[in-house]
Amino acid sequence: MGDNNPTLKTVLYDLHVELGAKMVPFAGYDMPVQYPDGILTEHLWTRSDAGLFDVSHMGQLVISGSDVAAAIETLIPGDIQALAPGEMRYSFLTDENGGIYDDLIVTRRENDLFVVVNAGCKAQDIELLTNGLAGKATVTELADRALIALQGPKAAEVLARFNGDVASMSFMTYRELDIAGVPCFVTRSGYTGEDGYEISIPNAHAVELTRKLLAEEEVAPVGLGARDSLRLEAGLCLYGHDLTLETNPISAGLLWSISKRRREEGGFPGADVIQAEITNKPKMRRVGILPEGRAPAREHTQIADENGSVIGEVTSGGFSPSLQAPIAMGYVPRDFATVGKEINLLVRGKARPAKVVKMPFVEQRYYRG
Amino acid sequence: MALKFTEDHEWVLLEGDVATIGVSNYAQEQLGDVVFVEVPEVGADLAKGEELAVVESVKAASEVYAPIGGEVIEVNTELEDSPTLVNEEPTGGGWFAKIKVTDSSDLDELMDEAAYKSYVEGLDE
Repeated sequence: MGDNNPTLKTVLYDLHVELGAKMVPFAGYDMPVQYPDGILTEHLWTRSDAGLFDVSHMGQLVISGSDVAAAIETLIPGDIQALAPGEMRYSFLTDENGGIYDDLIVTRRENDLFVVVNAGCKAQDIELLTNGLAGKATVTELADRALIALQGPKAAEVLARFNGDVASMSFMTYRELDIAGVPCFVTRSGYTGEDGYEISIPNAHAVELTRKLLAEEEVAPVGLGARDSLRLEAGLCLYGHDLTLETNPISAGLLWSISKRRREEGGFPGADVIQAEITNKPKMRRVGILPEGRAPAREHTQIADENGSVIGEVTSGGFSPSLQAPIAMGYVPRDFATVGKEINLLVRGKARPAKVVKMPFVEQRYYRG
Repeated sequence: MALKFTEDHEWVLLEGDVATIGVSNYAQEQLGDVVFVEVPEVGADLAKGEELAVVESVKAASEVYAPIGGEVIEVNTELEDSPTLVNEEPTGGGWFAKIKVTDSSDLDELMDEAAYKSYVEGLDE
């Protein structure tokens, strides 16, 4: 509260209300945190069938210019030049210290780049990209498009009823396809650890297409609450929590997202810091944490060693509906970042034992063809 | 003796000098699926308004405050394995703790079921 800016609504707002969603402010938008089924049910439904998420609050950008793949590499460590048209990659906007301004997904298209950024970072990212690419490329926000995600083991079978071509797409690829006659940008990607798609739809057709998908018996609407528990189980980072300007891709354990060429050549903000982190190993490291017992350890819970000295902090934590147990991730000193290491979590003043574990907590089930 | 309610959606049932405490149906609906309840320790001396329990849903942790002061004489150990009792039977099997009440006049300020019902209806408008 104390925020006088009116909250924004996605084009699916009325549909959420009609479906009985509990709406909450999130990144300046009024978004569904859950529907009447509740977070637990929505979460498990996504793991067993298919969940439909409104992620229209996220920023959809098109960046165009003569050598746009090379141009954007001056701002992000991702290897965009290595992508063929129709391929996509996870990367970050970094600052001069290698800190993370935002994480994003870049798709290379025939003549431009299609970029999806976090809602809360949208204005900042557009400014960073516009200024950073001035004279080389232009950045346009696609404010006239909605974005939905269809996630879960039944997602492919359901979406193929509307266009059979989606079935053969492999993870992290993009196609422009008509879905029920509506021209969409379809990617096989998501934020749940499940197979699935994100579908960018012209606003004018978003409600109609979303209704058609929801009418399929395998599909149920899923809110931001379950989106968070699903991504945590999948070991995926949430910007502003697990990734910040104080973390970098190496301490976050995301070195895999930087190709050999980009590690060697650098050429992005903070490259020297990140190269040094790779060589010298980061001081702190993001790890998966499995608390003993049932008490969840939430964000900002202090992590202590066996003597009770605070060594780190939980950055995301909650309850895993799939495991029926609490799970968390957080940053600990490198010595502690080994699987099986015993740590303590200071939950409401009580030290509760926990272990460092491998992530993801729940197996990712991406379709790789 | 009938249930009495606080504005924070706790309920109290006073039998003799023992008060059983839990959260209302409205509260459990707002909380969503309860996955963990931290109950107080038996023997703890709680003042009215002190933290009595913490209820964790998938999404968040919420504190529950003692609507009445006294010594904790029993806690609901069933909640350890079945925290969803809070959702299923909020004013029954989902109770948190029993307190030996020091001053039962604390209860006078609380709402009876009818008053609480209209209070909750006012919140939903």
